[in-house]
Amino acid sequence: MKYLLNVSTLKYDPDKCTGCGRCAEVCPHGVFEVQDRKATVTDSDLCMECGACMQNCAFGAIEVRTGVGCAAAIINQMLTGELSCDCGPKNGGGPASCC
Amino acid sequence: MVEPGLYAVGVPGPDSDVLVSANYKLSFDHLRDAIKGMDVWVLVLDTRGINVWCAAGKGTFSTGEMVNRINLCKLDSLVSHSRIIVPQLGAVGVSARDVKKATGFRVHYGPVYAADIRKYIEAGYKAEPSMRRVRFGLWDRLVLTPMEIIPAMKFFPWFALVVLLMFGLRPEGIMFRDALAGGLPVLTLGLMAILSGALLTPLLLPFVPFRAFALKGYLMGLAATWLGTGLFPGDVHWSVLAASWIWFPLASSYVALQFTGSTTFTGMSGVDRELRAGLPFYLGGTAVSALLLIVNLVVEWRAL
Repeated sequence: MKYLLNVSTLKYDPDKCTGCGRCAEVCPHGVFEVQDRKATVTDSDLCMECGACMQNCAFGAIEVRTGVGCAAAIINQMLTGELSCDCGPKNGGGPASCC
Repeated sequence: MVEPGLYAVGVPGPDSDVLVSANYKLSFDHLRDAIKGMDVWVLVLDTRGINVWCAAGKGTFSTGEMVNRINLCKLDSLVSHSRIIVPQLGAVGVSARDVKKATGFRVHYGPVYAADIRKYIEAGYKAEPSMRRVRFGLWDRLVLTPMEIIPAMKFFPWFALVVLLMFGLRPEGIMFRDALAGGLPVLTLGLMAILSGALLTPLLLPFVPFRAFALKGYLMGLAATWLGTGLFPGDVHWSVLAASWIWFPLASSYVALQFTGSTTFTGMSGVDRELRAGLPFYLGGTAVSALLLIVNLVVEWRAL
C-alpha cells in the first residue's frame, strides 16, 4: 500500500554517500537500494518518514522530517503546541498501536 | 513486562550471538519462540513495556539505553566477538555508529520479524529483501481496529445525549417517546458510521478507492449513510436527512483518519496535509448539521 504522493520530506544527497548500505538495511519500505557503491532512492512515495535511515547514516547524506504519523498527535500539537502521541499503553500491558 | 537485562537462551558461550529486544512481553515471547533450540544471549532493553518500533519512535529503545544496558550487563566480558543483532524496526531510535563508538559493539540490523531471525543468522547475518519489509495484512489491520473503535465509542454517549435532546426537547420538557422515535434511527446511523470508519475502512483499506484515509472513510461513510437513512421513518423531515448526509460521512472520514496512527506506511507529512484539508469540513459540517437539527426542532414545535 502506498500513501499520499509527493508529501514525503525525504532528502538525499548522493555526494555525501559512501555506499555503506545502512539506509537500505534499515528502511522497512525498501526506499533505498545500493548500486555500484552508491545508494539510490527507488520511490520516495513509499517513505513513511520514520527516520531510521537518517539516524543510521553516518555521513549526513539523508534528511527527513520525522514524527508520528498519527492524526491524534497532530491535533494535540495544533491545540497544545506539543507533538505527543498518547495512544500507547501508559504502564505496559496491551498492545501499543501508534507510531 | 520482562525485567530488562541479559538472558541466556539454551547454553550460550563466548561465540554465541547476542539478540537485542524490548521488554514488551509479546515482543520477547515472539523472539523466544523463534529461537527455540538455539544457544544465544538476549539483551532486553528497558522500553517501559512498549514494543520495539513504538519504543524506538518514543526514544526509549535508543542508543543511550543500549549503551547503558551493554555496560550494565558487562557484555564485553561474556562474549568474545563484537556483534549484536538489533531488530530492524529499532533502527528508528538507534544510531549504529554511536553504539560502536561507545561500546565497540557493531550493530547488525536483523529482520523486521522475529520469525525470520533463524534464517537471517543461518544466512550469515543477511536478510533477504522480503525480511526487511514491514507488512500490513488483513490480520494486522483487524487486531488494531479496537484501538479505533474504543475511543470512538467513548464519544458515543455524548453524541447520543445531544441527539436524544434534539429530538425529545419540547416546550413542556423532554418527551422520551419523541426522543426515542426520532433519535433511535439517527443513533443507529451513528453506530454504523463508527463501524464504517473504525472497522470497515481499516479492513478493506487496500480496496477502498483513494490514497487519503479521510476520503476512504468518507466514501465508506456515504455507503453507511445510504444504508442507515433507509431505516428512517417515512415522514422524517428533510432537515434531519440533510444533517445525516452531511455529518455521518464526515464522522466516518474523521474516524478513518485516526487509523493512520496504526498503519505501517503513513507518514506525518501526509497525515498533516489530510488534517489541514479536512478540519474545515469536519468543523463546518458539524456546525451546519447542528443548525439543521435545530430547524427540525422548530418545525416539530410549530406542528404541536
